[in-house]
Amino acid sequence: MEKAIEVIDLVTQYGDRVILKKISLSIPRGKTTVILGGSGCGKSTLLKHLIGLLRPTSGKILINGQDTTVMTEDEFNEVRKKMGILFQGAALLNSMTLSDNVALPVREHTKLEDPTIRIMVRMKLDLVGLSGFEDFYPSQLSGGMKKRAGIARAIALDPEFLFFDEPSAGLDPVTAAGLDDLIMKLRNVFKMTIVVVTHELPSVFTIADYVIMLDLGEVIFAGTLDELKASDKPRIRMFLERRPEAETYSPADYFRFIAGN
Amino acid sequence: MMHAIAEGVFGFIGRRTTAFLKNIHDASKMINSSFYWTFVSPLKGKPVRIKATVSEMVKTGYDSVPIVAVISFFVGIILALQAAYQLKRFGALIYVADLVGVSITRELGPILTAIIVAGRSGSAFAAEIGSMKAAEEVDALVSMGINPVRFLVTPKLIALMIMLPCLTLFSDFIAILGGLVLSAAALDISPSSYFQQTMSSLLVKDVVTGLVKAWAFGVVITIVGAYQGFKVEGGAEEVGRRTTASVVASIFLVIVFDLFFTTLFYYFT
Repeated sequence: MEKAIEVIDLVTQYGDRVILKKISLSIPRGKTTVILGGSGCGKSTLLKHLIGLLRPTSGKILINGQDTTVMTEDEFNEVRKKMGILFQGAALLNSMTLSDNVALPVREHTKLEDPTIRIMVRMKLDLVGLSGFEDFYPSQLSGGMKKRAGIARAIALDPEFLFFDEPSAGLDPVTAAGLDDLIMKLRNVFKMTIVVVTHELPSVFTIADYVIMLDLGEVIFAGTLDELKASDKPRIRMFLERRPEAETYSPADYFRFIAGN
Repeated sequence: MMHAIAEGVFGFIGRRTTAFLKNIHDASKMINSSFYWTFVSPLKGKPVRIKATVSEMVKTGYDSVPIVAVISFFVGIILALQAAYQLKRFGALIYVADLVGVSITRELGPILTAIIVAGRSGSAFAAEIGSMKAAEEVDALVSMGINPVRFLVTPKLIALMIMLPCLTLFSDFIAILGGLVLSAAALDISPSSYFQQTMSSLLVKDVVTGLVKAWAFGVVITIVGAYQGFKVEGGAEEVGRRTTASVVASIFLVIVFDLFFTTLFYYFT
C-alpha cells in the first residue's frame, strides 16, 4: 500500500480541551478512505488539518512526503492546487453562477483562455450530471444539486486528492446513493485519492476501500471494510449496530448532577 | 476569602486585557493584509479583480446617489436657514452663501456621505463577508488557494476609496444648490449673486481637505466592515450582531478620524 497522506502524532487543542490526542494514520493512494466516527470525535477537525484550514498544536502531516505543518501559506497553496474539497454545505459562492463557481479555481490558478475554460466547465458540470445548469445561481438549486456542483468545482483542476466533508448529510437516500455512485466513479475513472468524512453507515459500506475510525480524539480502528465488519471491539460494534450510549451515571450521581454539585 | 476576591478581580482584568489585545492584533492584521493585497500584490503580478471592483463601485457609489442627493439637499436648506436666522440680525444675509459653502465642503459633505455609506455599504460588507464565513464559503476560498482578503476586501476597498470622494463632491454640489434654492426662494438673494458669493468664498483647499477626509473615511468603513465580517464564527444571529457593530464602530471611527483631520488641517493648511 502506497501512502499518499501520512499523519504522525497529531495533537490539537483549543485552550485546555484536547480534540485530537496524538493520532497517527496513513491514507492509501488511489483508494477511497472513509474517516468514521460519532459527532464530536474530532473527524472534522482532522479534515481541517489535512486541508490546512487549521494548524496543529504539534505533530506532522505528510502529503506526498512533504510536511505541510511547517509550510508557509504560499507553499501550502501549491499543495492546495492538487486538492479538491467538497464542504458540508457545498460552500458555493452565492453571488456567482454555477459556471463561474466551477471556473473560479481555473481562472485563479491558470492562464487559460476564456473559451477553453468554458469548455472545461461544461465538461465538469456534465460529469456530475448538471449540464444545462451553467447559468443558474446556487440558491436556485436543490441540496443534492449544490453538492454535485461543489464536486464539479472541487475537480475543476483535476486534483490528486479529493476530500468530502459529510457528503450525504441532509440528503434523501436516493440522492445520497447517487452521490456515492459519483464518488466511486471519480475513484475508478480518475484514480483520485479520496478521503470522505462521514457517519452514514450505508454510504460507508458502499464507497469505502479503507476505513479509519475515530473515537474521542483517538484512532480506534484502521483497516479494510471487511476487517471493520469482523471487528469485535465494543465501541465499533456499538457504532455498526447503532446501539445507543449506555447510561453513564447511577441514579445517585444523576441526583447530585441536577442538584448542581 | 480575600484571596478568592483578588483572584476574581485580577482574572477579570486579565481576561479583558487579553481579549482587547487580541482584537487589536486582529484589526491590525486586517489593515495590514487589506493594504498589502490592494497596493503591493498587484505589483507582484496578482491583479485586482476588475469586474468585481466595478460592480462594488456601482453598488456602493452609484446606488447611493439618490439618498445622498436628497439628504445633502435638505442639509443645504437647513444650514442656510440656520445661518440666515443669525445673520439677518446683522443685515449680512449674503454671507449665508459663505457659511453654507465652507461648512459643507470642509465638514458636512464628507461626514454626511460617510455616515450614509457606512449605513448602506459598511453594513453590507459585514453582512456579506459574515454570511460567507458562516456558510464555509471563506474556508472554500482558502482551500482553493485564494486569499479571501484579496478576493473580497480589495474590490470593496478600491471601490470606496474612489467612490466616497466622488459622492462627497456630488454631495457638496447638491448641498450648495439646496442653499441657493432656499436663498432665492426665501431670503431674496438672487441665484447669480449667491453663486458668485459662494465662488469667491470657497478655496480649492476647502474642497481638497474634504476629499482627503472622504478617502480616509472610505478606508475606515471598508476595514471595519471587513473586520467585523471575518470575526463571525457562528451562524445567522452573529452575522446580525456583527453587522450592527460594524455600523456603530464605523460611524464612531469616522467621527474620530474627522476630529483628527480637522485639527490637522486647522493648524497645517
